[in-house]
Amino acid sequence: MTSTTRQPRYLGDNPRFLAGLFMSPAVIYIIALVGFPFVLAIIYAFTDISTGNPDLEFVGLATFRRVLADPVFRDSLWNTFLFAVVANVLVVILATALAEILIRDFKGKWLVRFLVLLPWVAPVSLATITWLWTLDSIFSPIDWLLRQAGLITENMYWLGRPGTAMTSVIAVQAWRIVPLAAVIVLAGLIAIPKDITDAVAVDGAGFWRRMFQVTIPLLAPIIAVAVLFGVILTISDMSVVYVLTRGGPTNSTQVLSTWAFIKGIEGGALAQGAAVALFLLPVLIGITAVVLRLARRREVL
Amino acid sequence: MTESTTWAGTDVAALQRQADRRHRWGRFGLYAGAILFAFLAAFPFSWALISMFKESNDLYVKENNPFWFNESPTLEHLRLLFLETNYLTFIRNTVLVGLAVTAITLAVSLPAAYALARLRLRWGERMGIAIFLVYLIPPTLLFIPMTRVITSLGLQESLLSLILVYPTITIPISSWLLMGFFKGIPMDIEEQAMVDGHSRMGAIARVVLPLMFPGIIAVVVFAFTLASHEFIYALAFNKSSAVKTIATGVPTELVRGDVFFWQSLQGAVIMIAVPIALLFNAFLDRFISGFTMGAVKG
Repeated sequence: MTSTTRQPRYLGDNPRFLAGLFMSPAVIYIIALVGFPFVLAIIYAFTDISTGNPDLEFVGLATFRRVLADPVFRDSLWNTFLFAVVANVLVVILATALAEILIRDFKGKWLVRFLVLLPWVAPVSLATITWLWTLDSIFSPIDWLLRQAGLITENMYWLGRPGTAMTSVIAVQAWRIVPLAAVIVLAGLIAIPKDITDAVAVDGAGFWRRMFQVTIPLLAPIIAVAVLFGVILTISDMSVVYVLTRGGPTNSTQVLSTWAFIKGIEGGALAQGAAVALFLLPVLIGITAVVLRLARRREVL
Repeated sequence: MTESTTWAGTDVAALQRQADRRHRWGRFGLYAGAILFAFLAAFPFSWALISMFKESNDLYVKENNPFWFNESPTLEHLRLLFLETNYLTFIRNTVLVGLAVTAITLAVSLPAAYALARLRLRWGERMGIAIFLVYLIPPTLLFIPMTRVITSLGLQESLLSLILVYPTITIPISSWLLMGFFKGIPMDIEEQAMVDGHSRMGAIARVVLPLMFPGIIAVVVFAFTLASHEFIYALAFNKSSAVKTIATGVPTELVRGDVFFWQSLQGAVIMIAVPIALLFNAFLDRFISGFTMGAVKG
């Protein structure tokens, strides 16, 4: 107390005491309910714990070996990667285009914004249900339109065949992330001083030149932020796949999150479920590295 | 947004408008793009909106035009949804969880954010990064051990499980968000209150917290969004109908065996998605400015 220059009148006026007091609930909450389960997840992966046998018996890498030997796991790993990459490429292109539209003024903008926000603000599992019905094996309105146009005679069975099921899952993932990414990019667009783009326009640069030589380079960091959110959402969220296909048909759309859930919660093989989920960790660490680099660059700006 | 248009000099804006008029094709492209995006985003919802009012005899005929009421519309499926399913229970559960999570999040994040923003901690910077790292450990990685933790605490099959666990997601982000809001409040205001004879705590309670209202609203929105969206924990912890939220209740409870109550299901989605989207649309500009503020000051 005597070391501080000004003698605090109340204990609450001592910054160091106050800092400890104010930070500790958050720190304790996170350590107890994120740190502890996280350590537990790693421990589980080295045991053969299951709901039938809840003892923590260490088996070394045996659980990992069993998980890796399963072809469904390898498909899940590949699908997680494939879905994240393809969906987010779509997201970047569509979100940038959408943000370019939303930053302009036009008639009916309010309605367009409302409709465009729907896929993002509706709870994911509920938004996915509308697709489950839109892609119905018999009554899909898309099929009806295609039949009317004479393009198909039978139904498409969108979610019943591996190829179309994968396409559907990727499309729905992209569909629901585009609004969020567009809002992030829009925030970035607004932050670009308008005199820069105006000056380039006055200098005679057309729309596409302005887009690719001025706007997109300036937007690159914020587009990266949108991609990071998008990647985290696609690889860590299981509701789209779970509601749409439950990983089917015959595991062709299985991803790590759904496979971990099906193994660990529905099948009761806790150790294997934990081991499957842990494969997300390297990806997340990679993303973390990118986030930290971006965060540092932002401070420079 | 108004700021950015007044940002530029007026004749530059006039030139821009002139250029826009010259580029009729640009306007055409703008409208075509806007309509295309609106159509793609809303297509499954519009199908849901039509379906929820359709008679089964109309809906379940493959040859019928799905976008047309071949028989007169009916409210029967909405009646079924509200009176014969647990839909209202799911909504009530979601609201209860949202309220409780908001309360816990504010109680924990407001002090933490204040400490990060104001008390010039040596490890403040690193703490900010640590908060972000917590966000990168998603429920997908934690739900299996978390289910065991919840079971051993005896909280499974109750809303308390979600109320306890959701703040692990809201606290880190809210602390970071509120830190930005605290930094936006000039230190002078607080110091003046302290000169006027308040303790620091008194100054915070009487002067600073009322100014934090927009930040607190942001936390409320975030907590309710999570309570209504979160799927994996809600599905893993609670299996009985009485303690499900809308995210898990609607997809699992409105399907009996292999029979989907499609019209009621779509009704359940529309009744939730449309009000939320209206709300977000009304506040979108403010969210965007909040986001950019957080990015600049965070």
